[in-house]
Amino acid sequence: MVKILAFITLFTSYLIYSGFVYSIGTESTVIPNKEEQLTVTKGKALYEKYNCVSCHQLYGLGGYLGPELTTAYSDPQRGELFMKALLQAGGRRMPNFHFNENEISAIITYLKYVDATAVSYKKK
Amino acid sequence: MTTDLTKKQTYASDKIARSFLILAMSYLLFGLLLGVIGGFQYILPSFLKNKLSFQQTRPLHVYLVITWIFTGAQAGLYYYLPRICQRKLYWEQGAKIHLLIQILVSVLIVYSFFMGEFGGREYLEFPPWLGAFMLLSWIPFVINFFFTLKPNYKNAPVYVWSWSTGILFFFITLSESYLWLIDYFHSNIIRDVTVQWKALGSMVGSWNMLVYGTGMYIMEKMSGDTKACRSPLAFFFYFLGLTNLMFNWGHHTYIVPAAPWVKTVAYIISMTELLILGYIIMQWRKTMSQARKNYHIIPYRLLSFADGWILLNLILAIIISVPAWNNYTHGTHITVAHAMGATIGINTMLLFASVYYIIQQEGQAFFEKKRKITGTGVFITNFALLLFWIAMLGTGLLKISSKLNNETFYTLMQKSLPWFKFFTYSGIVVFAGLFILIVTAISLIRKSSAVRTLTSE
Ligand code: HEC
Ligand code: HEM
Repeated sequence: MVKILAFITLFTSYLIYSGFVYSIGTESTVIPNKEEQLTVTKGKALYEKYNCVSCHQLYGLGGYLGPELTTAYSDPQRGELFMKALLQAGGRRMPNFHFNENEISAIITYLKYVDATAVSYKKK
Repeated sequence: MTTDLTKKQTYASDKIARSFLILAMSYLLFGLLLGVIGGFQYILPSFLKNKLSFQQTRPLHVYLVITWIFTGAQAGLYYYLPRICQRKLYWEQGAKIHLLIQILVSVLIVYSFFMGEFGGREYLEFPPWLGAFMLLSWIPFVINFFFTLKPNYKNAPVYVWSWSTGILFFFITLSESYLWLIDYFHSNIIRDVTVQWKALGSMVGSWNMLVYGTGMYIMEKMSGDTKACRSPLAFFFYFLGLTNLMFNWGHHTYIVPAAPWVKTVAYIISMTELLILGYIIMQWRKTMSQARKNYHIIPYRLLSFADGWILLNLILAIIISVPAWNNYTHGTHITVAHAMGATIGINTMLLFASVYYIIQQEGQAFFEKKRKITGTGVFITNFALLLFWIAMLGTGLLKISSKLNNETFYTLMQKSLPWFKFFTYSGIVVFAGLFILIVTAISLIRKSSAVRTLTSE
């Protein structure tokens, strides 16, 4: 009986904790306006459609063959133009996805948004 | 040839269990092959860049090896369930339906990767509707598990708890990992990433529950000690494991700017692993002397290697759970060492212990002829895995030093080349070791199944 009670208690805490994580635990201070949000969503959809996650990480999620992109936008060594160049033509390892200008700009907007949320990276 | 087959109770569902075993090892075989190709893509930038790029090889590798883990656990359960409760599988037809749906889903997933159709989410990189089918394929399995076993949790052994928890949490976490389909999660990157880490971290815990349950079950059968799996200590560690499954994922999210308490909870829970570590070290000598005694028994040998890997990976997990160190290790191959070290060293070793335990049950006489080669396979795999693991740690450390020196990605990749070679070449040897175990096991299973057919005719 003790075991069953212990399980129920733990499981209930798990559910409550999940509720907190889904809500107040993960509120973002960076909230794009409606128009920006559309572009961000489009960029994110492209990021998913072309499986960028297989080679790049955002907040640690993703493969390691390519560089981590969380703060690529504000990185003085990289930045917008550098990112654009790679998205236009691919690199030594990165394939050329033949994106059009619109798509590139949506992806960059998305990565710019991610960069803006990455306060914990920049504190270092 | 004489076998002890006739003396043992057999069940009609054993046939389906054998099919699942073969399916599980086929996943592993193809998964390994793709891992090796992925490794070469680290060394040779343009290797298969246009035909089968890393964008495809990594998801194929990860999907296939992960599927090996849970299919291997399911295969074992189809074999063990009737034996635990001495009655036939509740729904044999259901097991066949499970097999068919599972094969269909896998073919579709592999096809979609080859065609470049992605869902683009870490680990579950296939289109999301296939995830729904994956859940569906589990339903006949779940029905069989609960209706065959009819568990009475008041006095059930710990492995029954462990399996039940694994199944429950697989459903919860796989569903959770698709919350991103709802805009509330998708539109806020902090929420999206945190929930994804939460779901994936606990999902790995759910497989561990399934696989550890299997390890404990065969340990009980081999040692004949039925008390250990019912002892308060066993349950203490089960509950500690469950707590870690539920809350420990947070050590992956230190870098995500979620609320600070998410990190605090994660850190505190992670440190309870020290208790497990202490316990394992205490048990170490006991296990080792037992292992030496039983060294000739292949499943024992695999179980004790798994014990060694639990020790190494736990130390690594505790190190990367300390926030100050996590700051450096996150986003490097040290995380891959954590992931592959555990999935190969612990899960794969335990599953092969289960595979070879079943093979020995099916016919000791066949197995005798293959004992030596199997032992060699176990040794090669573990020796190579140690090198492979060290290679990943080395690659990770190099990246840390490169980050500290503000080097560009290009310079890092140049400098890492020797480590990538070390990684891939030792990976090939891991592949070779596992290849021996897979091929031997499949040939033995097919032989014993042929004999079964003969004796039953
Ligand atoms: C096959 C692996 C692979 C895939 C898939 C991939 N990339 Fe890359 N990416 C790389 C590599 C490697 C580099 C570094 C340059 C090189 O060696 O090609 C890079 C560089 C970049 C850069 C420049 C930033 C930097 O730090 O160098 C950006 C931006 C980028 N990728 C975005 C994307 C996006 C967006 C996608 C998905 C549409 C994507 N990548 C898909 C491998 C990949
Ligand atoms: C039982 C065997 C194996 C299992 C269970 C396994 C499991 C995994 C897992 C879970 C990941 C994701 C890691 C992460 O994102 O942190 C991974 C990545 C990878 N594995 Fe394996 N693996 C196995 C064998 C191999 C072998 C033999 C190779 C050969 C070199 C290999 C090469 C790779 C590569 C290249 C990656 C991608 C790393 C990256 O993200 O860039 N794996 N594997």
